[in-house]
Amino acid sequence: MEEALDDRRMTLNWGPQHPAAHGVLRLVMELDGEIVTRIDPHIGLLHRGTEKLIEHKTYLQALPYFDRLDYVAPMNQEHAFSLAIERLLGIEVPKRAQYIRVLFCEIGRLLNHLLQITTQALDVGALTPPLWGFEEREKLMIFYERVSGARLHANYFRTGGVHQDMPAGLAEDIYAFCESFPKVVDDIDELLTENRIFKQRNVDIGAFSRKDAEAWGFTGVMLRSTGLAWDLRRAQPYECYSELDFKIPVGKNGDCYDRYLMRMEEMRQSTWLMKQCIEKMPSGPVLSDDRKVVPPKRGEMKRSMEALIHHFKLFTEGYHVPAGEVYAAVEAPKGEFGVYLVSDGSNKPYRCKIRAPSYPHLQAMEFLCKGHMLADVSAVLGSIDVVFGEIDR
Amino acid sequence: MESLEELGKKIAAALPGAVLGQSIAFGELTLAIEPAQIVRALTYLRDDPECGFTLLVDITGVDWPQREKRFDVVYHLLSLAGNRRVRLKLEIDENISVPSAVGVFPAANWFERETFDMYGITFADHPDLRRLLTDYGFSGYPLRKDFPLTGYVELRYDEEQKRVVYQPVELVQEFRDFDFMSPWEGARYVLPGDEKASKEKG
Repeated sequence: MEEALDDRRMTLNWGPQHPAAHGVLRLVMELDGEIVTRIDPHIGLLHRGTEKLIEHKTYLQALPYFDRLDYVAPMNQEHAFSLAIERLLGIEVPKRAQYIRVLFCEIGRLLNHLLQITTQALDVGALTPPLWGFEEREKLMIFYERVSGARLHANYFRTGGVHQDMPAGLAEDIYAFCESFPKVVDDIDELLTENRIFKQRNVDIGAFSRKDAEAWGFTGVMLRSTGLAWDLRRAQPYECYSELDFKIPVGKNGDCYDRYLMRMEEMRQSTWLMKQCIEKMPSGPVLSDDRKVVPPKRGEMKRSMEALIHHFKLFTEGYHVPAGEVYAAVEAPKGEFGVYLVSDGSNKPYRCKIRAPSYPHLQAMEFLCKGHMLADVSAVLGSIDVVFGEIDR
Repeated sequence: MESLEELGKKIAAALPGAVLGQSIAFGELTLAIEPAQIVRALTYLRDDPECGFTLLVDITGVDWPQREKRFDVVYHLLSLAGNRRVRLKLEIDENISVPSAVGVFPAANWFERETFDMYGITFADHPDLRRLLTDYGFSGYPLRKDFPLTGYVELRYDEEQKRVVYQPVELVQEFRDFDFMSPWEGARYVLPGDEKASKEKG
């Protein structure tokens, strides 16, 4: 009997180039027949030493690294870093810049959820949703490109605001997108929500209780899927979120299917937020006028010696951030994205720890998958929404 | 709800011998904790109903090579019920290990592994203290301040051996770390020639 049992046990190496791994993840799994008994995720295959690099760059030069963390929703990361610096410097962001930031963070949320929902469907066997979803992502990336010049690595936020004002006509186009986008969400909804295979693969898979979610450090959709309406945009409002109206969808069972439904609803809420941003957006400057931090306009530099000096100093030496430490967190699409910034008063961060939301989510893989079938591993992995740019850093 | 100051005082009173100091900066409460008492402090913060810091957000290290106790280990906790955060800080020597928090928060597992990987800070009683982010067989602790940005080794594919091999890092151009610090503010060195000024005085 003992031997017969042993025959069923095996160790399976999954990845690091598995299509359902969402990047480069290696899972060493121990299986009993088809039941998962142990999972050891090996990460770090995309480790680029972002935190070390940031310590050697000025604050301005460090910002683009944040696009390359969670490259599915780049501006949300920039946001956390900018907020951390702004808190240390104590500078105000003009109202218009706040609305632009929120607008593009919500675009980031759409970008992320479109990718997550459709690839999760792909992981459990549906090929059509990614094709539909990516069409919309392309439109959103064009908005990114129009405002920052880059589809993905935007590098658009600056300490004290955003780099440039939105070009003429962009607000109208985004608004038109918001009008037509709910139709696409409905289409995806029709494809997936009542789909028998999708439900069989997701309902009651990867379920956990609220207590477990807290113990494992889950945030974002993962935490909310257990019924707790915890959203940093509401609980600890930053920028102009307190002036905007939105609902926080929560789950009931904490399983993969609930998380899918919540992300669908979050997309609708984000669209609603984007509309409000455009409607309420005041006119005015998009960058703070603190000349010790924010470079002067080109036109000003042609006439003013002082502006020229500021420009030169800001782009060589950079600005000095007063010594201190601060932890700034934003509600990124995947959960709480935090930046723990330690400054020693020089022009470079002394330490910048990036707290990525999917890092604690991924470490709970064994907890989530134990006792599930091998095929459920990819469903769970898809639903916890991992991107290796931010996990490996 | 009580202010952060009151909260800090309350925690300090409840944990005699564990809390060495507290400060509030930028609206955040930081408690300095005696390293040996960290598990006691974390357990109290998690279980006390008024604190309710049930969510471990992050554990990380900070390297201060000039200091006698070289490393800071920093814990960030979040209370969902109270909607507030607290930061715990330990100062430790290079060869002292910190009691592991895995027993209190399972989430501490990877955070501690990463801190070990990046700084070489060891955590006593950690169930599985392996390297996490660096390559298999990597040596050195990359986030220490004395570890060079470019590292010591690089990888390439060797056509003869038909596999990837490590070799010492070879750069056509050294990493250029320009010194843009203004000599009037912030620079911590003496400008060439400036030493004469103090000599003549004395």
